[in-house]
Amino acid sequence: MSKYTEDDLREELKTKEYEYGFYTDIESDTIPIGLTEDVVRTISLKKEEPQWMTDWRLEAFRIWKKMEEPDWANVNYDKPDFQAISYYSAPSNKPKYNSIDEVDPELLATFEKLGISLDEQKKLSGVAMDVVVDSVSVATTFKKTLSEKGIIFCSISEAIKEHPQLVKKYLGSVVPRTDNFYAALNSAVFSDGSFCYIPKGVRCPMELSTYFRINQAGTGQFERTLVIADKESYVSYLEGCTAPSRDENQLHAAVVELIALDDAEIKYSTVQNWFPGNAEGKGGVFNFVTKRGICETRAKISWTQVETGSAVTWKYPSCILKGDYSVGEFYSIAVTNNFQQADTGTKMIHLGKHTKSTIISKGISAGKSQNSYRGLVHVSSRADHARNFSQCDSLLMGNECGAHTFPYIEAKNNNAKIEHEATTSKIGEDQIFYCNQRGIDTEKAIALIVNGFSKEVLNKLPMEFAVEAQKLLEISLEGSVG
Amino acid sequence: MDLKEKLISSFWGLDNGIEVDDYINDMRGDAIKIFEASGFPSKKQEAWKYTSLNTLVKRDYALESPSETSIDFNLVKKYFLHDLDSYAIVFIDGKYSAHLSKTTHDGMDICLLSAALTKPKFKAVIENYFNKAASNDSLASLNTAFASEGAFVHIPKHKAVEKPIQIIHFSTGSNAAMLLQPRNLIIADENAHVQIIERHQSFTNHPVFTNSVTEIFGDKRSVIDYYKVQNDFEEASLIDHTFIKQEKDSNCSVHTFSFGGKLIRNNLNFTQNGEHINSTLKGITIIGNKQHVDHSTMVNHNAPNCESHQDYKGIFGDQATGVFNGRILVDQVAQKTNAFQANNNILLSDNATINTKPQLEIFADDVKCSHGCTIGQLDEDALFYMRSRGIPKKEAQALLTYAFANNVLETVKIPELKQRINKLIANKLGVNIGFHL
Repeated sequence: MSKYTEDDLREELKTKEYEYGFYTDIESDTIPIGLTEDVVRTISLKKEEPQWMTDWRLEAFRIWKKMEEPDWANVNYDKPDFQAISYYSAPSNKPKYNSIDEVDPELLATFEKLGISLDEQKKLSGVAMDVVVDSVSVATTFKKTLSEKGIIFCSISEAIKEHPQLVKKYLGSVVPRTDNFYAALNSAVFSDGSFCYIPKGVRCPMELSTYFRINQAGTGQFERTLVIADKESYVSYLEGCTAPSRDENQLHAAVVELIALDDAEIKYSTVQNWFPGNAEGKGGVFNFVTKRGICETRAKISWTQVETGSAVTWKYPSCILKGDYSVGEFYSIAVTNNFQQADTGTKMIHLGKHTKSTIISKGISAGKSQNSYRGLVHVSSRADHARNFSQCDSLLMGNECGAHTFPYIEAKNNNAKIEHEATTSKIGEDQIFYCNQRGIDTEKAIALIVNGFSKEVLNKLPMEFAVEAQKLLEISLEGSVG
Repeated sequence: MDLKEKLISSFWGLDNGIEVDDYINDMRGDAIKIFEASGFPSKKQEAWKYTSLNTLVKRDYALESPSETSIDFNLVKKYFLHDLDSYAIVFIDGKYSAHLSKTTHDGMDICLLSAALTKPKFKAVIENYFNKAASNDSLASLNTAFASEGAFVHIPKHKAVEKPIQIIHFSTGSNAAMLLQPRNLIIADENAHVQIIERHQSFTNHPVFTNSVTEIFGDKRSVIDYYKVQNDFEEASLIDHTFIKQEKDSNCSVHTFSFGGKLIRNNLNFTQNGEHINSTLKGITIIGNKQHVDHSTMVNHNAPNCESHQDYKGIFGDQATGVFNGRILVDQVAQKTNAFQANNNILLSDNATINTKPQLEIFADDVKCSHGCTIGQLDEDALFYMRSRGIPKKEAQALLTYAFANNVLETVKIPELKQRINKLIANKLGVNIGFHL
């Protein structure tokens, strides 16, 4: 094999097209484009929601109308026209399946292409899947096993109907409707999402998992996820997404709320691979997500994310460390290529005493992409003995990309300990040379280095997800990850 | 009438006391228009997120000092580095004080900006340099519009100034609150060496608001060391803008020592325009009560093979607030850049606040950039160690604090100044230890 250099890699990255760009032709039930109060009512009606939910949405819509689209992030893009989007799309032939065989075969084939055949998942991996294609939950597996333990894992629309007391209590409690522009928009028009409740003292026996896909052309996807871990419970939740190749920009504005009551632990892992746009920077998904969790006493929330897709990513999974001795963690790999832009990071709000947080962020930028870390560590005056460690490393490939770090640190307590470190570098020629010398070709050497660079975060992913994460990294940086 | 209106109306009715040509006049006209359009910065602006000027601009200030005030040297002796042979440019309430100053035109120009602005022989220099480094944000523009007095230092080629230059701005504030807008212009030609110490000092508790701009130009292979001593009374506020433009192979360092004042904002802006430039930005901040010190630094790496080093230490007690906003921008062409930034802070009280935002923006791939930031406390074990050996708590704390800040002092090249700073630190920490290490 001829010498494989970083330039070759760059060349390859430039030409590497989105592999998972396919489009499944499922007859969809799509409402006309535009957003008005009537549209919000229609969505609520279509989903057979109770009155309180409709009112909640309408209030959110009124709040949203008064808000302006934020532009402080380090990204440039054409602002989406919110009146040119259809706010609801659900697969129309929506029977209640009793078994997996009844699922639309075309849909099953889609999953197979993605390598997530339900049957296989069911039998082999022990992962319960709440499969979401375009907003509506189509199939749920392992529900029985879960319900024996008292765990509720269903779509949010089902939860609104069947567990209104829980939804009423917690929906919007961590991310209020007034929080930001996209959270308000999501609150008004969210179509579906997942709901999960782990009862007191229960350790969820399997990884809960849901796949989001944007399928219908021109449909914005507004997912709403609510995870509640009652006292002393544990849950590991996985979320992963791939989206078909599309020319126009698609909007994705999800809201995820995590509630960890006393002594509970939530582990939330994401692999995000929405369509990043082609090599000319055309198309791609806009990903404006609000994710936040609240920790009560001795609770722990851990966010792990692998961000490889989307044209524009704008995402800050955050922890409010409200209870004493609570712990927040954030592990992230963000890979950008071509014209992708990512502005991502976290917020750790220390309110309780002896609260701890860890932030590990790895950014890899290639092509003409821009990769920013933006984070906030806030220690209130009440948060005695708060502890934070942050590390943000960036790896640059090629001289047309950029890596940026914007950490905000606000300390109001004299016994807080806060550390922040950031480094930026490229793959050293000496490192490659070292590998070459020992018989490792350049391609493998780069793979080794990138892998080593991201290992700290990859290790945090649950076993079931590690394979998927590797796969997605491969698409984004083909040839560099072994 | 609020301060903004007052400033604008007084600008148009203003006769600066000195005759300037159309070139400067037009520049001033443009500057006041920028200020008029943008006004005083508010907390809504990202760069001013943590520092509010509200209480400052609400006050009424006298814009001009009534008449020349003279001060007895013995009164102000302590603010000079008197044990040091130096040039001195001294201003009282914005007016030049001849009897306290020691200027020269012998082989170099260490004199007044007003002289440089008016005398024809400086016309070329002024047109080349004046207002060429300053940004046009609102406060710097405000200064440009009003600036008529300050220090002017021009060191010609291959000249090493044999002794430091002290630039001291006194404000007597004898009658009312005052707004001062000094303007300094420092030019070091090729291979020139110069050391400058700048100080702002008020005498009374009348509020003084200083909006100062300093422009520094370092030509090829020049070496410039600039020291800022900020240890004013607690009613004095200072917004200090320093813009530095460096050419190939030059070396420039700015040390800022902030111990006093009510509100201090330091905007320090470096632009590197050639290869192999070295820029050093260091600072020690020790404040208490309700003091507020904000360091906002910006380093523009525009050429390959350059270095920048930033090291800011802060010690905050009582209800003091410290802000650090450091920004490193590495341009796409600036390969092989080495840029380092460190901001370490110690909080001594429960009510003190630190807001820090060390930012990196990197567009080149072959660079080494890092930033680090810590917030912590004095080591309890070390304190216990010293106390168990008979060192009182206060002294032990002071020793540890001094050690913490010491590596900023290491690069101070004037021994007398170093001693003075040591003394100031000891005073500030309330101990009587001679930190002669």
